[in-house]
Amino acid sequence: MSEITPDLVRHLANLARIDLTDAELLRFTEQLSVIVDSVAKISNIVDENTPATSHPIPLNNVFREDEIRPSLTQADALSGAPDSAQGRFKVAAILDEE
Amino acid sequence: MTELIKKTASELIELMHSGEVSSVEITQAHLDQISKVDSQIHSFLVVNAESALATAKDVDARRKAGEVLPMLAGLPIAVKDNLTTVDAPTTAGSKILEGWIPPYDATVVTKLRNQLMPILGKTNLDEFAMGSSTEFSAYGPSKNPWDISRTPGGSGGGSSSVISSFQAPLAIGSDTGGSIRFPAAVTGTVGIKPTYGAISRYGLIALASSLDQIGPVARNVLDAAYLQDVIAGHDPFDSTSLPDSLGSMVEAAKAGSLAGKRFGLIKQLSGEGFQQGVRNRFAEAIKLITDAGGEIVEVDCPSFEYAIDAYYLILPAEASSNLAKFDSVRFGMRVTPEGNPTIEKVMSATREAGFGPEVKRRIILGTYALSAGSFDKFYGAAQKVRTLIQRDFANAFSKADVLISPTAPTTAFKFGEKVADPLAMYLNDIATIPANLAGLPGISVPIGLADEDQLPVGIQFLAPSYKDGLLYEVGAALESTLEGIWGKRMIDFAPKLEVN
Amino acid sequence: MAKANLMDYEKAISLFEVVIGLEVHVELNTKTKMFCGCRNEFGEEPNTNVCPVCIGLPGSLPTVNKKAVESSISIGLALGCQIAPTGRFARKNYFYPDLAKNFQTSQYDEPIAFAGALDVEVPSGKVFTVQIERAHMEEDAGKLTHVGGATGRIQGAEYSLVDYNRAGVPLVEIVTKPVFGAGAEAPELAAAYVRSIREIVRALGVSDARMERGNVRCDANVSLRPIGQEKLGTRTETKNVNSLRSIERAVRYEIQRQAQILADGGTIIQETRHWHEDKGSTSSGRPKSDADDYRYFPEPDLVPVMPSNELIESLRAKLPENPADKRKRLAGEWGFAEMEFRDVVNAGLLDFIEEAVAAGAKPQAARKWYSGEIARIANSEDKDVSELNITPAQVAELANLVDAGKINDRIARTVLAEVLAGKGSPEEIVKAQGLEVVSDDGALIAAIDEALAKQPDVLEKIREGKLQAAGAVIGAVMQAMKGQADAARVRELVLERANQS
Ligand SMILES: [Mg+2]
Ligand SMILES: [Zn+2]
Repeated sequence: MSEITPDLVRHLANLARIDLTDAELLRFTEQLSVIVDSVAKISNIVDENTPATSHPIPLNNVFREDEIRPSLTQADALSGAPDSAQGRFKVAAILDEE
Repeated sequence: MTELIKKTASELIELMHSGEVSSVEITQAHLDQISKVDSQIHSFLVVNAESALATAKDVDARRKAGEVLPMLAGLPIAVKDNLTTVDAPTTAGSKILEGWIPPYDATVVTKLRNQLMPILGKTNLDEFAMGSSTEFSAYGPSKNPWDISRTPGGSGGGSSSVISSFQAPLAIGSDTGGSIRFPAAVTGTVGIKPTYGAISRYGLIALASSLDQIGPVARNVLDAAYLQDVIAGHDPFDSTSLPDSLGSMVEAAKAGSLAGKRFGLIKQLSGEGFQQGVRNRFAEAIKLITDAGGEIVEVDCPSFEYAIDAYYLILPAEASSNLAKFDSVRFGMRVTPEGNPTIEKVMSATREAGFGPEVKRRIILGTYALSAGSFDKFYGAAQKVRTLIQRDFANAFSKADVLISPTAPTTAFKFGEKVADPLAMYLNDIATIPANLAGLPGISVPIGLADEDQLPVGIQFLAPSYKDGLLYEVGAALESTLEGIWGKRMIDFAPKLEVN
Repeated sequence: MAKANLMDYEKAISLFEVVIGLEVHVELNTKTKMFCGCRNEFGEEPNTNVCPVCIGLPGSLPTVNKKAVESSISIGLALGCQIAPTGRFARKNYFYPDLAKNFQTSQYDEPIAFAGALDVEVPSGKVFTVQIERAHMEEDAGKLTHVGGATGRIQGAEYSLVDYNRAGVPLVEIVTKPVFGAGAEAPELAAAYVRSIREIVRALGVSDARMERGNVRCDANVSLRPIGQEKLGTRTETKNVNSLRSIERAVRYEIQRQAQILADGGTIIQETRHWHEDKGSTSSGRPKSDADDYRYFPEPDLVPVMPSNELIESLRAKLPENPADKRKRLAGEWGFAEMEFRDVVNAGLLDFIEEAVAAGAKPQAARKWYSGEIARIANSEDKDVSELNITPAQVAELANLVDAGKINDRIARTVLAEVLAGKGSPEEIVKAQGLEVVSDDGALIAAIDEALAKQPDVLEKIREGKLQAAGAVIGAVMQAMKGQADAARVRELVLERANQS
């Protein structure tokens, strides 16, 4: 009866950039089905008139003045990077060659 | 004189101020204890002996020179490893961050440094604080000093076990759904989740931004108060941090009293379905409260039934977004598959290899809760349940000053007992989660050992937002009543650890 | 990639109704970024204007730049929008390496400004009212450099490099409602609309508004529907259109391309298309698909923005004159002919002329220099007038030198070239190179006498009434003076001499 299918889990994993193994895919499908079935009941106790709470403590208008603060040095900025070149973060090609 | 490591933070502060003991002596005593017991307990992911001693020496020299030092100067502390530190790797218990040394300190860490507190090291946690046992740490679990076949709770099991095994007098934790209070309850220590925004989250590796809150872990209520007083306060780097001070927690703890206050017994958390030993100790605590002049009233919070469901939608949703930055570009692990992979494939392979199963499970669940077709039914509905829970609290606080319940349904559980069943694991947080959803403060204070397993039990007090002081007041009063009865502190019941 | 078949433009317009929609991103010129205190400065050493917040390090949190919020409100007000009493930031989640957190902090269902309208005049003089759906705040992404492969383009690159200096720069995204009824003038309307936005944000002083630097960027949505059909056609979104001229060309191209496909019985794919300035065509980018699930949710690390009425009204009071009103006023003050004025507006020269006039130039003189010389030079160098190395104040100086008779038009053109070459201001150049017109009669009379000595019969011819004979002498004198003489004065002196004898 669950709406959680292996295809859906694979789609979600793609959206989240996680390359699941087949075994994980099956296990997560099962576990997520149980969890989703269990939590789904909440939609029955609220309606369009119930306001949503996104922040537990209601603050508003918290601003920073437009004043410059020290930045990191380039070396510090790149210090944790797996790879860099020419002062920039280096990453694999974005598109497949067609 | 008792061993230095057995003293409370408040006692150690006195000893340093009077010049009887130096910071180096205190720091070294704890470092010695770490080398004696941490191979068994595994509280620490990294120990920073050298820099801790350097700070201690500096404090001693300055104190000798007559300098006026901050209140907690020289008192060593342990910090949960989801707070950034420039001088120690910060991993959040995840492989994906192994070896990462941040180029900045968390605001709380800066405050500890400004207090001149030697930082002993970084404590273990479930990966990205997702868990209730530290079994999801990529670096292996921490053990419960009361029984090393059991977990010290989670996610802050490193910080709770560090305190209960005398490896540090104070520790910093973070609480998203109970990660300070639950470990405190099962290790016989004190843990507080302050009002949301009371302590800056800047530099706390986010799990669920609208639920996360940093707080103290300590051996008694007054110690925790000392720590909260130095780490709290508005931070311009955290837009959700409270603009105004909540006052002195030390004063509140010292003024401890139960008399004349109304204690709301939460009907939904009054012990049904809770372990018998937990219920027994809780009933005794209620009796002590009434004996001391407190009034018990029953309060009804019907929406609490849905708190766990809402929590397990909001948390994964926010976490799925917070953890998107772990993509192998700017920091952390990178896994490059064979061939000429695109960045997309590199990211997916890295996140597959770098995240543990619980993290992946929650990211996928959170992605689902936010996705176009299910947003209203899941994430949207969960935000609305949050409103219902806040209303329940408002209603309850119109009848009571403080709410009470056991902190956890059971005492410490055994390794492996719940790890395969996510839902069972999630139920540990049944009593602690509502406070995170509503943003209000909660404290767990030890109230004795369960009859059946001789393991610690905790009581939880909850107060309205901004009224953290009230928790310290009632917590300290109950604690001193109990110590009067026992003739010793809770922590002194702990079995002696075998030293290798 | 083969160039698409294009339908003749007139025919396309006769068969289809054009519907356009424009998304304009305006980069604000605040001192710091949207959510951190790093300098809002582009083109410096890579990854030097960055901090834990804008490179998305674990544990960092955003904080909202107050000035950016005020600038956004001002833009909203200038576009006739309502300002939301409560606005919220949201996270737009998608993975891309130029996006440090892999979500963009933006606004979703609660933009700061909504429901505005802007009157836009196209070159024919017709005025269209463009409805503004919303204006919202968001942050810019970092800059990718694609290395390897033939062209430095993303296709075929070996790897890419990321510089986050631009990541987190404040943007205001202005989105129109679908615009109907512009017919054949839709491309011109698109360009004129963006020009108006540029004028407004420049007049507000909230953006440098330089399109060539990407301060103002436009995505153009185009769809066609058979005339008389109710249902909207499928739209394409052309990105990367970063000059007014390309906006016009890109919209025109999409109209012709889509019309041909529809006429051939094909269907339009809803997709992102890229504009190629060099080829004058668009190419298919990524198709929009179900995978574009941005999973928006309210940004939990930021609290709502609730501008007070006092703030809104104080910003409203500081709004500069609306560009359309201003145009009406200037047309009256300057006294240009209607065509002259429209040409100035269409060429985007209004602001320059206004500044030159403010610096002391006569309006007609400023117009003449800008429309005649300067725009021509910019065109021939394929640049925007703002990119030329001359300020409106310098143009005023140049025009006034001519007006005062200190240099003549021909010399002035030489001086202009020198100014553009960076040799200094017009006055400095005239002084340094001794270009000032010789108005000392003594020197002129000496030169005239010398010329007359070589052409003794000239004076006689003049006296006989053949005044044109003076030309030969004038020419010789101008040559002798290397052009630095006032030819009219030379003529006067020659005629005087003839009458004296
Ligand atoms: Mg946008
Ligand atoms: Zn920054």
